[in-house]
Amino acid sequence: MANILVFAETRNGEIRKIAFEAVTAARQLADATGGGEVHAVLAGASGIGAKASQLGTYGADVVLVSESADFAGYARESLAATVADRARTGGYRAVVIGFSAQGRDLAPRVAARIDAPLASDVTDISATADSITVKHPAYANKVIMTLVITGSPVVVSIRPSAFTATESAKTARTETLAASPAQGATVTVTEVKEGAKGRPDLGEAAIIVSGGRGLKAAENFKLVEDLADAFGNAAVGATRAVTDDGWRPHSDQIGQTGRQVSPQLYVALGISGAIQHLAGMRTSRTIVAINKDKEAPIFKVADYGIVGDVLEILPVLTAAIKGARQGH
Amino acid sequence: MKIAVCIKRTPDSESRFKIAASGAAIDETGLKFDMDDFAGYAVEAALQLNEKAGGGETVVYAVGPDNVQETLRKAMSMGADRAVQLKADSVPADGIAIAKALAAELKDGGFDLILFGKHAFDSSAGVVGTATAELLGIPCVTAASELTIENGTGRARRELEGAAEILTFPLPAAITIDEGVARPRYPSLKGIMAAKKKPLESKPAQLGPSRITVQKMELPPERPAGRIIGEGSAAVPELVKLLQNEAKVL
Repeated sequence: MANILVFAETRNGEIRKIAFEAVTAARQLADATGGGEVHAVLAGASGIGAKASQLGTYGADVVLVSESADFAGYARESLAATVADRARTGGYRAVVIGFSAQGRDLAPRVAARIDAPLASDVTDISATADSITVKHPAYANKVIMTLVITGSPVVVSIRPSAFTATESAKTARTETLAASPAQGATVTVTEVKEGAKGRPDLGEAAIIVSGGRGLKAAENFKLVEDLADAFGNAAVGATRAVTDDGWRPHSDQIGQTGRQVSPQLYVALGISGAIQHLAGMRTSRTIVAINKDKEAPIFKVADYGIVGDVLEILPVLTAAIKGARQGH
Repeated sequence: MKIAVCIKRTPDSESRFKIAASGAAIDETGLKFDMDDFAGYAVEAALQLNEKAGGGETVVYAVGPDNVQETLRKAMSMGADRAVQLKADSVPADGIAIAKALAAELKDGGFDLILFGKHAFDSSAGVVGTATAELLGIPCVTAASELTIENGTGRARRELEGAAEILTFPLPAAITIDEGVARPRYPSLKGIMAAKKKPLESKPAQLGPSRITVQKMELPPERPAGRIIGEGSAAVPELVKLLQNEAKVL
């Protein structure tokens, strides 16, 4: 029986979805190793402790509330010190962190500080008495690795959306956790630029509508946006060719060197399906492709393909999706 | 500035991979290896920073067997001044073990800046750079998509989910490089010739113990063969029906 420590990510005073997924993964790991406790670090500005019960809902036994003015933003060095100090003294079997933008930075810091092995971006975790086994998609999702990690504690970062946040009713106890100060020189956040409001992040969206060179011009992305609106809460992505040409920001790029996504539905518009792009979206559950070239590689992975002019088909599809969602 | 760039040799990412007979590695037969894409961005970023500063030294490091010397030579053919191989029979799966070797080597190097790729294509883990910075106790930006250095202060941008951070940091610092910072140049013939004469030092890597082992590698399940349901906007009603009744995503 062993306890598991979780980093519960927050931003702008809200607990993020990845935190509930991390608590779920930790709960499963604790139960698999004889029913230890799950302790979640909840760090934020004054008042974040009021959200602690949300973590209990997903199976946290104890919420370690660390309130500090520094933690209003992502204070990487002091957060790493706070999580590492707790991990070092708390006798944990594992530390679970999300493989999000924050977690990609935090997990290596924590692992280095406590001299623990780190398995990144895992999609499955199991445990025996003396080792933890994880699955990790590597080679840009082209190879699945099974890794065995020895030692204790170990640090594991979990791929967003790989673990479905599952309720496991607990009334979490809360404890206060003192923030550990950063030591030495640090990075300073001078500004956080918020992206377009009203659209979910590519990593969190259930539906992604994505455009390639076949759209012919930057302004035609308006048609892609319209389709995303028709679906309701869809995110908009793009190919590398499109972000390289500056039609869309670099952060919208889906592919091997951009974001790797697995939504329920991926709609590829005017995308030929270069290997670089397929590596970023081939694990999507359902793929729709519209492209003028019937030999385009995207049709090899598309569950539903339509051959034709994307600019002509898009308005028709947008109207049809709107109609279907209104029950016509 | 004195800049270190830690690079990795990885297989061509456009390859079709097969699993080796051991079941715990990829079959390297016929694969082309080169400098990892993100390591290439990091080398280019270092060269541009030093070109802009009007001087300095760019030193490249790689951990691994003798085949990494080819990758180090490539970095020197792009313009790096010298190279160091931290020799190891293989590159461990435990990124912390690698970070220990790099930190031991770099700690007394007097570097203003230490650059890494944000992750390597093969392990896709993104551990080594940030962990090395932590072990060295210097500021670190993970996955910077923009990077400038002016008057001894660094400024970087980092993408978050649906937002971006603008960060400043003092030197020395470590940065892991995302795509967008710099597209790597092709080595010129002159660069390739010059690289043959540049110093390449080889010494044993002081790796930490590796606590992660690869038990198995497998290819992901193939997607069922694609299906074209029709042509032009006439196929839209059929698509909507399939999304509703078969895929159940509407």
